[in-house]
Amino acid sequence: MPDSVHAIELTVNGEPHEAVVPGRQLLVHFIRDTLGLRGTHIGCDSGNCGACTVIVDGKAVKSCMQLAVQADGRALETVEGLSGPGEEPNDLQAAFTRHHALQCGYCTPGMLMSATALLEQAEELSLDEIRRGLKGNICRCTGYVNIVRAVEDVAARRGLA
Amino acid sequence: MSVPTRTDEQIATWSPPAPQAPSVGQSIPRKEDRRLLQGQGLFTDDLWMHRQGHVHFVRSPHAHARIGAIDVSRAEALPGVYATLTGEEVRGLTDRFPQIAPEPGGSAKDYCLAVGKARFAGEPVAVVLAETRELARDAAALVEVDYEPLPVTLDGVATTQPDAPLVHSEIGSNIGWEGVYEFGDVDWALEHADHVVRIPHLHFHRFSSTPLECNAAVVDWEQGTDTIQILSNNQMPQFAAMFMAPALGVRTDQLQFRSQDIGGAFGLKLTSYTNITAIALLSRKANRPAKWTEYRSEHMVGSCHGNERTFRGIEVPVMADGQILGFSATAFDDVGAFMRYEPLGGVIFSQVLPGCYRFQHLRVDYRTVLTNKTPVGPNRGYSRLQHLWMVERIVDIVASQLGLDPVAVRRRNYIAAHEFPYETPNGCLYDSGDYHAALDRVLELVDYDGWRERQAELRASGSGRRIGIGIGSTLDSGTSNFGQARLINRELQYSGNGEAAICKLDLGGEISVALGTVPQGQGHETTTAQVVADTLGVSPNEVRVLAGADSARNAYVAFSGTYASQFAVTGIGAALGAAKALRDDLYAIATSVLECAPEELLLVGGTLSVEGDEDRAMTFAEIANLVYANNGALPPEIADAVTLNRRFVYRPPFGVPDWRTKSGHLTLTYASQFHACVVEIEEETGATKLLDYAIVDECGTPINPQIVEGQVHGAAAHGIAAALQETLEYDEHGQLLNGTFWDYHVVSCPDTPLFKTDNLPRPSPFTPTGSKGMGEGGGGPLHAVCSALQDALGPDVVVTESHNPTERVWQLLHEPDAAAREGAEVRSR
Ligand code: FES
Ligand code: FES
Repeated sequence: MPDSVHAIELTVNGEPHEAVVPGRQLLVHFIRDTLGLRGTHIGCDSGNCGACTVIVDGKAVKSCMQLAVQADGRALETVEGLSGPGEEPNDLQAAFTRHHALQCGYCTPGMLMSATALLEQAEELSLDEIRRGLKGNICRCTGYVNIVRAVEDVAARRGLA
Repeated sequence: MSVPTRTDEQIATWSPPAPQAPSVGQSIPRKEDRRLLQGQGLFTDDLWMHRQGHVHFVRSPHAHARIGAIDVSRAEALPGVYATLTGEEVRGLTDRFPQIAPEPGGSAKDYCLAVGKARFAGEPVAVVLAETRELARDAAALVEVDYEPLPVTLDGVATTQPDAPLVHSEIGSNIGWEGVYEFGDVDWALEHADHVVRIPHLHFHRFSSTPLECNAAVVDWEQGTDTIQILSNNQMPQFAAMFMAPALGVRTDQLQFRSQDIGGAFGLKLTSYTNITAIALLSRKANRPAKWTEYRSEHMVGSCHGNERTFRGIEVPVMADGQILGFSATAFDDVGAFMRYEPLGGVIFSQVLPGCYRFQHLRVDYRTVLTNKTPVGPNRGYSRLQHLWMVERIVDIVASQLGLDPVAVRRRNYIAAHEFPYETPNGCLYDSGDYHAALDRVLELVDYDGWRERQAELRASGSGRRIGIGIGSTLDSGTSNFGQARLINRELQYSGNGEAAICKLDLGGEISVALGTVPQGQGHETTTAQVVADTLGVSPNEVRVLAGADSARNAYVAFSGTYASQFAVTGIGAALGAAKALRDDLYAIATSVLECAPEELLLVGGTLSVEGDEDRAMTFAEIANLVYANNGALPPEIADAVTLNRRFVYRPPFGVPDWRTKSGHLTLTYASQFHACVVEIEEETGATKLLDYAIVDECGTPINPQIVEGQVHGAAAHGIAAALQETLEYDEHGQLLNGTFWDYHVVSCPDTPLFKTDNLPRPSPFTPTGSKGMGEGGGGPLHAVCSALQDALGPDVVVTESHNPTERVWQLLHEPDAAAREGAEVRSR
């Protein structure tokens, strides 16, 4: 049976995009293969690891758990939208370096997008809320402590602590 | 002689650069971070080749089955399917992979696809190449394989019995290797000790540290040049080449490996050469590049796991004052269906035979055993952590059974600071350490006395909760002497170790360093830049480090790689040696051109100048120009001697260990870690919670303390995960029960305590910078959590398992006899 195809329109990191996508294509594959935004990663096939986390209409979403067609009409933000190559890293990215919150860097884009959504949604953010807020993102390298410290640091600087 | 000319203005405005503060020892920010934070890392799945097809493996659903006919016709009939490959074809096209074990274990037949029979559920039996990822998967589902299921063998001890089904009939049993390590006089000690503590059974479970990036490779067998281009995240390409080349019947230099960023590996991306071999054959058959990215569910069943080990018949001679004389034990190391890196685990554990202790009488009867389970790979802490866990269990069980204080027993038996370098009974040389100071510090960090008071209060309160305070003392031995492989197989022509690096001044005077270490998150670009920058008098920002694999750079030796806690010695030793060699070139040119003695030269800020006479100076750019673009002006006496492109091989000071006595200098450095944790148990449910966690590590001179601390955190999280959450279990048919991240409970952010850490440097006398390798961590949390559970549960219960989820803790509380198997017993004189 031939795959169905669908025309979609969305914004990607603020830029309007149109595409025709196969019905079975996962959003994460659309982002990586079609848009060529390779910062969004894949770490599992069961929606448990969060390496694929992006922000859709302001909410952190696991892009391996959605089809590309579901992004129709939505605003998609990926790690590449936080700061482009050659630009200075944003405050969260800079805090990740200061606190050594990444080692291999494979979880990092997803972790940054979850933390971005967490920081944007909260009016106040306690240490426990940060730890629980990052539960959906697995990091196998850092033991999480420094990631929590980095997010805490940004929360404090943004007046959320 | 002509000196490169400067304008008067250059001379007038030039002032000597400020001396660079040394960067070694500083937590400078990592050079690799920016690209990773901005989504610009280059992981293998990010790489594509023109005309590439996508690979999907067909895997055996059975743990043990004879393979009959394989029908690929329906798969090949799908439009867009480029090629298929089966085990039968592989048998004709390749030889089996070389085996490390001597006969009979060495006669095992390991091919890149199952030949004749499948030996574990998930073993690849065929492979498909197609236009898209989805099509390859669809086509693989259409491959029809006739299986005749066979009886399975799954238990690591029972598999050694004569009636067990054979995993490899060629071997004639399921014992892949066996050997007895015996030092001192254990029988004498058991006879003369005041007490003998017997522990019939301890079991270290199977788990995997599951790097977040799965295995991946893009392979192109270029037929024109007969070069096999391999973009992959294999973590030890030269080891892979040594196995792949004989199997494929190619020269090792036809295998050209490249990688950039690798998303964690932990030893588990060492044996992916089997998959890469199949993909190479598929690429040649289809005459196009083949790209493979493993799915997580494939990784869980089909890549590799950590070693599972059962200890039997442990006997421990103990004196009345708490002195432990040693131990005797039998170990069954379950390596699954194939011995790929194995049976090296059968010697590597002996690097830490007595643990942190002065034990003198030691016997381990070790067996590498085969079962119908996923093969193992050298998971972080490899083979030493299983053994060290047993040693720490021995110490805690002895303390618990004899009513001694576990802290006092440790203090009584630790090697003392003044005894370093300390020679163990099996001839290993522990380089440096201060275990007593580290224990004191970690108890202080965790507030041991405070928690003991709290524990007593809680016990009196009848709250239904109790707490246990646990200690884990552990070693992270690093920089292996590959000569230890001869203790396994005396025919192997391996010894020593090494690493290569190339330090180069490029056309415009830029410094670069190429490494052979293939890091996976350990920050080698940063620490290498620190060491090289200090050597060449520049800032680390000016040093470009090429850290990924690239065979064409020639920055490798056979054992290059990031594994076995060795980078801070081998990788740094190589980079330092190469930087010094480049510095020699720079000095040779400057002394000759500037007509001065080397002692007169100042090396600061990328310039060599004559002290006190600033006009006489050469910048690195001027030196590079002279060598690369203006060599007619090079002083003839040095012209043939300088290249500005210096390769250095660091070689640790090793000899060949003695296979007869199974002893010798097996590894160069011994980092140590001391863990203390507080576990709360809810008695009704068995639920546990870590209330506090402290770690003190010692790894010689830290090059970048923040990176060191990051490694401590990471290794601790792996240990906590394994102790409480992560286990790989099989049903009676050999089906893995935790085959996805849904069922395999990887430790998450709220599961991990906010570790308190400290570092007590005791520089190694044996290494180039006083640093020691330290990335593996030694599994401290497995020891400490078990120790805490033992402390909470008291002497009536023996913690015999390394993995203690809620249900097991409940069982230890409520059905202790069933939970602890045979428990422990004391025989006193
Ligand atoms: S890839 Fe793991 S949650 Fe999406
Ligand atoms: S940094 Fe490697 S998985 Fe998080």
